[in-house]
Amino acid sequence: MQWETVIGLEVHVQLATRSKIFSGASTAFGAEPNTQACAVDLGMPGVLPVLNESAVAMAVQFGLAIHADIPEVSVFDRKNYFYPDLPKGYQTSQMYHPIVGAGEVEITLEDGDTKRIRVHHAHLEEDAGKSLHESFSDGMGHAMTGIDLNRAGTPLLEIVSEPDMRSAKEAAAYLKAIHSIVTYLGISDGNMAEGSMRCDVNVSVRPRGQERLGTRAEIKNVNSFRFVERAIAFEVERQIELLEDGAEVVQETRLFDPERDETRSMRTKEEANDYRYFPCPDLLPVVLDDAYVDHLRDNLPELPADKRARFEHELGLSTYDASVLSASRDMAEYFEQVKAVCGDAKQAANWVQGELSGALNREGLSIANSPVSAKQLGELISRVIDDTINGKAAKQVFQALWNGEGDSADAVIETKGLKQVTDSGAIEAMIDQVIAESPGQVAQYRDAEPDKRGKMIGYFVGQVMKASRGTANPQQVNALLKEKLDALC
Amino acid sequence: MHDKTLSELAGAMANGEFSSRELTDHLLARIERLDGDLNSLITVTSDQARTAADAADAARSRGETGPLTGLPLAIKDLFCTEGVRTTAGSRMLGDFVAPYDATVVAKLKASGTVSLGKANMDEFAMGSSNENSHFGAVKNPWDQNAVPGGSSGGSAAAVAAGLVPAAMGTDTGGSIRQPAAFCGITGLKPTYGRVSRYGIIAYASSLDQAGPMARTAEDCALLLNAIAGHDPRDSTSVSRGVPNYTEELAAPLAGLKIGLPREYFGDGLDPAVEAATRDAIKVFESLGASVREVSLPHTHYAIPAYYVIAPAEASSNLSRYDGVRFGHRCEAPSDLIDLYKRSRAEGFGEEVKRRILIGTHTLSEGFFDAYYTKAQQVRRLIRQDFLDAFEEVDVLMGPTSPTPAFDLGANKDPVSMYLQDIYTIAVNLAGIPGISVPAGFVSGRPVGLQILGTHFAEARLLNVAHQFQQATDWHQRRPAIAEETR
Repeated sequence: MQWETVIGLEVHVQLATRSKIFSGASTAFGAEPNTQACAVDLGMPGVLPVLNESAVAMAVQFGLAIHADIPEVSVFDRKNYFYPDLPKGYQTSQMYHPIVGAGEVEITLEDGDTKRIRVHHAHLEEDAGKSLHESFSDGMGHAMTGIDLNRAGTPLLEIVSEPDMRSAKEAAAYLKAIHSIVTYLGISDGNMAEGSMRCDVNVSVRPRGQERLGTRAEIKNVNSFRFVERAIAFEVERQIELLEDGAEVVQETRLFDPERDETRSMRTKEEANDYRYFPCPDLLPVVLDDAYVDHLRDNLPELPADKRARFEHELGLSTYDASVLSASRDMAEYFEQVKAVCGDAKQAANWVQGELSGALNREGLSIANSPVSAKQLGELISRVIDDTINGKAAKQVFQALWNGEGDSADAVIETKGLKQVTDSGAIEAMIDQVIAESPGQVAQYRDAEPDKRGKMIGYFVGQVMKASRGTANPQQVNALLKEKLDALC
Repeated sequence: MHDKTLSELAGAMANGEFSSRELTDHLLARIERLDGDLNSLITVTSDQARTAADAADAARSRGETGPLTGLPLAIKDLFCTEGVRTTAGSRMLGDFVAPYDATVVAKLKASGTVSLGKANMDEFAMGSSNENSHFGAVKNPWDQNAVPGGSSGGSAAAVAAGLVPAAMGTDTGGSIRQPAAFCGITGLKPTYGRVSRYGIIAYASSLDQAGPMARTAEDCALLLNAIAGHDPRDSTSVSRGVPNYTEELAAPLAGLKIGLPREYFGDGLDPAVEAATRDAIKVFESLGASVREVSLPHTHYAIPAYYVIAPAEASSNLSRYDGVRFGHRCEAPSDLIDLYKRSRAEGFGEEVKRRILIGTHTLSEGFFDAYYTKAQQVRRLIRQDFLDAFEEVDVLMGPTSPTPAFDLGANKDPVSMYLQDIYTIAVNLAGIPGISVPAGFVSGRPVGLQILGTHFAEARLLNVAHQFQQATDWHQRRPAIAEETR
C-alpha cells in the first residue's frame, strides 16, 4: 500500500525579552542555578504576575509576519498540573483566546518549489524551570533531583501549525522558515542548542487518497533541524510497520532519543493530565488597539520572503541564490553590505556563497563571526571589477584578509605586490622571454593545424602568468601571445 | 488609651499626652494579659513594634508627622510581612517567614504605623467563624461562647477587645464585614481593584480585597487613604485617582436615596436582627434620607456561584503548596507523589481540602462548562442587579449577617456555615464596596448594618457610615474586656 505522511508542528520559540514574561528577573542564559528567579518566579505566597509588554509586541510582530489575524482581545489561562520545576502548580498560557490567530508560512523545498503551511494560531506562555536528574545525591547514595528555576517564567511563543506537511523534508523546511522569520524579526536568538527553539512533532500516516487522518503520535522535545527529520523518519517507519502488520497506532506522547535515533512512549492518551484550564484571574485580558498593531506593522523589518523576491527580481539573482542568501538575516545583511560596497550583486552573491561560505564551513564559523568583514569583501570585489587585481590574485587577497594579514584589500594588494600588470610593454617583455625559453613548444605550435592552436596557447599563458607571479592581466596576455605566436607562423 | 479611636489617639499624641512607645507598651501588655484566652493574634511582634514606635516618636520630635504616625494596629496573617512569620492560619505555612512585604504592609509602614502582630484567621481565609484556624478558634470579646466571625476574626476581636485600635483584614465573601458585625466594629471592603493584592496570600483572586477594620468610619477613612491606589505589581489594581476619604465624611445626608433589597429581608433573617436593622434605617430617615424597596433578583444564586468560582480559583492558587520550595514538607517522602500527597494532606485543614476538592472537580474536563462557565454567567447577572439598583438609589442597606454571632461549634455543617454569608457574598461577585457598622445588639451580641455602594463609591459609604455614627453610639459600646482600665 502507498502511505501518506501527515505532520503538524508545535514550535516553542523563546522570545528575546530582557526580563521574564511576568516578572522583572533577567532571562540571560547560563547563569548559576536559581540566581535569576525572583519571588514571582518562585511562586512565593502572595506574589502576582505582571505581563511584560515587550513579549506582547514580539508575539504580534510574529503574527504580522505570517499575515495572521491579530485578535483584539487575548486571554491568559492557567494550565494546572503538579511538577517540581513548575513552581506555582500551574503554567500561565493561552488556551482559548491566543494572541495570534490563523496565518501561513511559505516554505521553499530543495527543488525550489514553494508551499504554504497554515498556522492554526500562536500563543504566549511562560516556560517552566529545569529538573536536573544528574550529579545530585544526598550523600548517602540516594540519587536526588535538582531544580533550577532560572528558566521559569521565560516568555515562549508557541506556534501551532495545521497538519499540512507531508514529509520530513517539509517539516524541516517549515522549522527553518520559522527560524528565519523569528531571527529576522529579532524576537528570538533562534539558538536551538540552548533551547531557544524547541519543537513537538505530531505525526500520523494514512493510505494515500484517504481523507480521514490516521491516529497520531506526538513526539516531544525534538530540538534540532536534523533531529526533526530523523525523528519523523523513524516514527513514520514505525507506524507503517504497525499498520501493515494489522496492528493499530495508539494515540500517545513519545520522546525522541537522539542517541539511539528512535522514539519511545512517554504516556498514552488515557494517562494524559486533565489540565483544568481556566482564565487567570490575576491578569487582565490583553486588548490591542489598531494604533498599536499598525505601529508594529509599519515598523516590521523586510522579511525573508520579501527579501528573496527582491533579490531575485530587483538584483537579478537566480531563484536559488536569492533563497540561499535570504535564508538568515545575518547572511542577507552581510550580502547586502558587500553589494552596497562593490555595487555588483552577482559578484557579491558569488563571493558570499563561494569563497566566503566555503571558508566559514571549513572552520565551522557562522557568518556573524566571519574574520573577513562585509566591507573588506566588498572592497576586494571592487578591485577585481576595476581590474586592479585579477581573479587569481583576488583569492590570495581573500586568504590574506581571512588570516588577518592586512586591514583592507588595498593594503594586502600593496604589501604583496598583487596589483595587476596592464602595461603592454612589460607583458610583451615577459612574453618574449617565455617564447625564447620554449623553442620546442613554439615549434609544436607552429606545426599544428590552426584550429588546434587555440588550446595550445594555454601553456604559454600559464608560463607568462607564472613569470608575473599572477599579476599580469590574463586577457592582455592572451591577446598579445596570440599576436606574437601567430607572427612566428 | 486602649478605648480610643485612631483619630483620638493621633490627637492625644500630637498634644503630647503620651508617646507612641507608651501606647505600644500599654497595648502589648494588654495583649500579653488578655490574648491568651481570646487568641486573636497568631504572632505578636513586640520587638519590631517597639522599634517602629520609637522611630515614630523620633519622627514626631523632628516635626515629621502624618495622619497615621505612631498609630498601632494588627495585620491579618494573610499579608506577607518581611522577616515575620506569615501563616495564613495554616499548618502549611506554620514556619513560613515571608521574604517581602505586601504592598499594603509597605504602605502602612511608610505611613508610620506600628504593627503589633499578625491576626488570627480562618485557614487561607476560608471560613465564617474563625474556627478553621490551625492556631485555634478566636473568642468573641462580647461573649466568649460566641465566634468572632471570619475569616478576619482575629482582626475584629483584637479591635473589639481594645488590644489594637485598628486592624487590616481581607474580604473574599464577607470576611471583613461579617466579623466586624459580630464584634461590633466598623469594617470596609473596598471596590475590587481599589487596594493592591500584591503580597496577600491568595484565596480567590477575582474576589479577594483588603480593607480596614476599626472602631469608626472615620478611622477606616484614615486607613483607606494610606492603602488605596494603583500598584504596578498588581495588574488588577485600578489606575484611578484616590480621593481624600476623610474630606467628605461631614457631608449631610439630606436627599440621600437608600434602597432596601427585598431579598435581604426575607426567610432566614433573625427577626431581632431585622428589627435592629430597620431601627437603624429610621435614623437615616431622620437625617433626611429617603428609603425605598428595591430588588436584586439573582441574590439566591450568589452562594452557589461563589462556591463554584472561589474554590476553582483556590484549587489553583493553593497548588504551589507542594512541599518542594517552602511550607510544610512531610517526613521522609518515598517518592515525589508521596511528597505531594502527604505534605498537602498534613499541611491543609479540612475546610481547605474541601474547597480544593470542589474547585478541582468543577474545573475538570466535562464539568467546566456546567459549573465554572455557568457561575461566571450568573456572576454577570448579579453584578447587573446591583448596577440596575444603583440607577435608582445611592446606597443599599440591610443586615450584614442574618444572625448575630453564633456559638462556637454551633455550625458543624459546612453548608449551613456557607449560608451565613448570604448578604455579603454577592458584593464580592459584583466587585462593589461595602461597609458594616455597629447598629445594635441582640441578646448581648452586636448586630451590623451593611451599606453598599456602586464601584469606587467608598467616599460615599464612609460619609453615610460616619453620619450614622454621629447620630448613634453603638460604635462607642465596649465589651467588658475593653472597659478595664488597665
